[in-house]
Amino acid sequence: MSDLFDILLSVSFWAAAIRIASPLIFATMGELICERAGVLNLGIEGIMVIGAFAGWMAVYLGAPLWLGVTAAMAAGMLFGLLHATLTVPFGLSQHVVGLGVTMLATSTSYFAYRLALPEVTSPPKIAPFAPMDLPILSDIPFLGPVLFQQTALTWAALICAGLVGFVLFRTPLGLAVRAAGENPAAVEAQGLSVTGLRMGAVIVGSGLMAVGGSFLTLSAFSSFFFEMVNGRGWICIALVVFGAWRPGKAVLGALLFAAFDALQIRLQQTPLGAHLPYQVFLMAPYLLSILALILMSRRAEVPAALMVPYRKGER
Amino acid sequence: MTDPRDVVMRLDRITKRFGALTAIDAISLTLRRGDVVALLGENGAGKTTLMNILFGHYVADDGRVEVFGQPLPPGNPRAALAAGVGMVHQHFTLADNLTVLDNIRLGTESLFARGTSHAAARARVERLSRDFGLAVHPDARVGSLTVGERQRVEILKALYRDARILILDEPTAVLTPQEAEALFATLRRAIAQGLSILFISHKLHEVMAIADRCVVLRHGKVVGEVATAETSGAELAAMMVGGEIALPEARPATAGAVLMRLDGVTTPDKGAAPGLKRVTLDLRAGEIVGLAGVSGNGQAALADLISGLIVPASGQITLGAPPARWSPREAIRQGIARIPEDRHKTGTIADFTLTENAVLEGYWQPGFSKAGLMDWRAAEGFAEGIIAAYDVRCPGPGARIRLLSGGNMQKLILGRVLEPGPKIILANQPVRGLDVGAIAYVQSRLIAARDGGAAVLLISEDLDEIMGLADVIHVMSEGRLSPGFPRGSKTAAELGLWMAGQGFDHAA
Repeated sequence: MSDLFDILLSVSFWAAAIRIASPLIFATMGELICERAGVLNLGIEGIMVIGAFAGWMAVYLGAPLWLGVTAAMAAGMLFGLLHATLTVPFGLSQHVVGLGVTMLATSTSYFAYRLALPEVTSPPKIAPFAPMDLPILSDIPFLGPVLFQQTALTWAALICAGLVGFVLFRTPLGLAVRAAGENPAAVEAQGLSVTGLRMGAVIVGSGLMAVGGSFLTLSAFSSFFFEMVNGRGWICIALVVFGAWRPGKAVLGALLFAAFDALQIRLQQTPLGAHLPYQVFLMAPYLLSILALILMSRRAEVPAALMVPYRKGER
Repeated sequence: MTDPRDVVMRLDRITKRFGALTAIDAISLTLRRGDVVALLGENGAGKTTLMNILFGHYVADDGRVEVFGQPLPPGNPRAALAAGVGMVHQHFTLADNLTVLDNIRLGTESLFARGTSHAAARARVERLSRDFGLAVHPDARVGSLTVGERQRVEILKALYRDARILILDEPTAVLTPQEAEALFATLRRAIAQGLSILFISHKLHEVMAIADRCVVLRHGKVVGEVATAETSGAELAAMMVGGEIALPEARPATAGAVLMRLDGVTTPDKGAAPGLKRVTLDLRAGEIVGLAGVSGNGQAALADLISGLIVPASGQITLGAPPARWSPREAIRQGIARIPEDRHKTGTIADFTLTENAVLEGYWQPGFSKAGLMDWRAAEGFAEGIIAAYDVRCPGPGARIRLLSGGNMQKLILGRVLEPGPKIILANQPVRGLDVGAIAYVQSRLIAARDGGAAVLLISEDLDEIMGLADVIHVMSEGRLSPGFPRGSKTAAELGLWMAGQGFDHAA
């Protein structure tokens, strides 16, 4: 028990939680935008892979880090365009398209990686984003290391969440996007293009997912390897539900999940870890997430037109 | 003639084809400033198609639309709005989870404007609702509003954009008589301010009350244009259907024994839809009980209860024989014929054949299955019998029911439930969306079933239908049931007050 308290009071635990949450926050915001516009984007897992790969590859080939992030975003938007074209104007099944995009984006990444680096056995490294070192702020005890020694990309994730919330709830554009997910006929009747809004949302959202993926290679680790996204995309789908389609709550959910993840790694090293197989600890964040999901999402208001393709003039 | 500058909208030989079907055929029409023109026609006459072309939801195959002398680019709702055309759709185009203000503002500002002036938009909405008598709270969630209030939001949407021409598609279909009166008062204010109105309806007395001119459509063609002052309802009706169709008139019936009794039945609310509140109701042999009320006042709960889909939370259902556990199958076993409200959603399975749909309720009964295997030959025979006896126009029993028109689909459902000779008939909106010919057919079948000794419960939002057919009328409001009023003992206005919820407090 005292081990648990030691962990919860340690700086490294909280710093790790925020670090682990960062890619989830980007990708969850991306998914949230798509779903608010009425499109479920199951391409998220693959788009995170392509983001992780494209960002890393660009930097490996000599681009500066921020250009790597931009490359990741562009790659994500490209696959977002594919997803949007198939699901919005063509109105195909969002489930099937999403899974297809995930498989295509994942295998494209692996293929391109092998093509570019046929000989390597251990993944080459790049110099990732360094932790920030802000005067005064970074030296505050406890808060300094937890908040102000993160990388710039973590801060970008938090700013991104704030921006998504602002645009969705405080601007005409956000209103139009939300309306497209509630009742596309209402959007059409007010002279706006449902197709344009939905495609835009999916493309921008996919860009954010890819940035989330690139966090893994450009900030968390310094190389790209297979299976590195490891289901984070699917977690983000659940986080959107957990957050009841609200950016603030979704960020809280991401932090909570990340905290569970940081906790289980540390618990493995306590005496308890000697008694239980480590898989039990690995499982814990998911179990707790499912529990939280059940408790939190029972009264959530799903966008009414989520997963309903819109065809003009059809009733 | 009047000044040509007064013309606000001119349609010139508009034609629209869907495949081989010509939905509207060379329709021309002129609307002037302050004019109220009614577009009258049966379902399928092309009214809604024409409206959708005006508003840019469809592109016409031929012809042109001019608004204030300028041609309207086709297929562009934005252009229609900008030209001053506002449309109040029959099926509201509102987002339930957004507020009234958000619904009105949607699309009125540049999408990339930073922030918005909430206060100014709000003040404008409040001023418009005062000026036009459209009381509604700007911050209310649309999902929590009544149907009448939602319609006000739709009208406000158009006024907020400075519409000069209002197009209303069947605006009174969902309103109580009092709400319809309030709507007409709003429209009169709008006319006084110089707006022009195109009013689509098939209710003759409304058209006579508000319109200056009527344009009558039949099978996509204009068959007549008359000033309402110079015509009569009967003349318009004849024009609409192309001849006289007499709606069946139910002769007074002599009621027999009580076949089903609800005794103080209460059911839980279902989301926004109220459940039943201590409802007591008798259904007697040889009697049509009409249930009037604005939709969403507990009719769905009553229909679900009688269909066996829900069980009472308290109170009792009594049938001739005490039912086993109340369930849909028990309801069928007890001889309850169920004509559901939504024939597409709950009445049929669109991609099943006519045969399959015909035996949906009875496939488990001995006639259609043997030792756990379907007897498809018997099922097909049953479907063929219905097709012949009920005049279902279709390619054959093997056709998918999706291909049938609403009227023919309804005839199949009618045959399915009436053929076994039911004791009790639950007819929930049986003629909604049907044309006059099909309405007459369905109603005459219900009357015939009553004369054959069945108890009929007719649920409808159309007061005229209830008053024409029912021997006893009950009104529902917020889950409560009024006492039964014998045929002819209450006027439409009196029933309207009950529909609005007045009278219950004294009665209770």
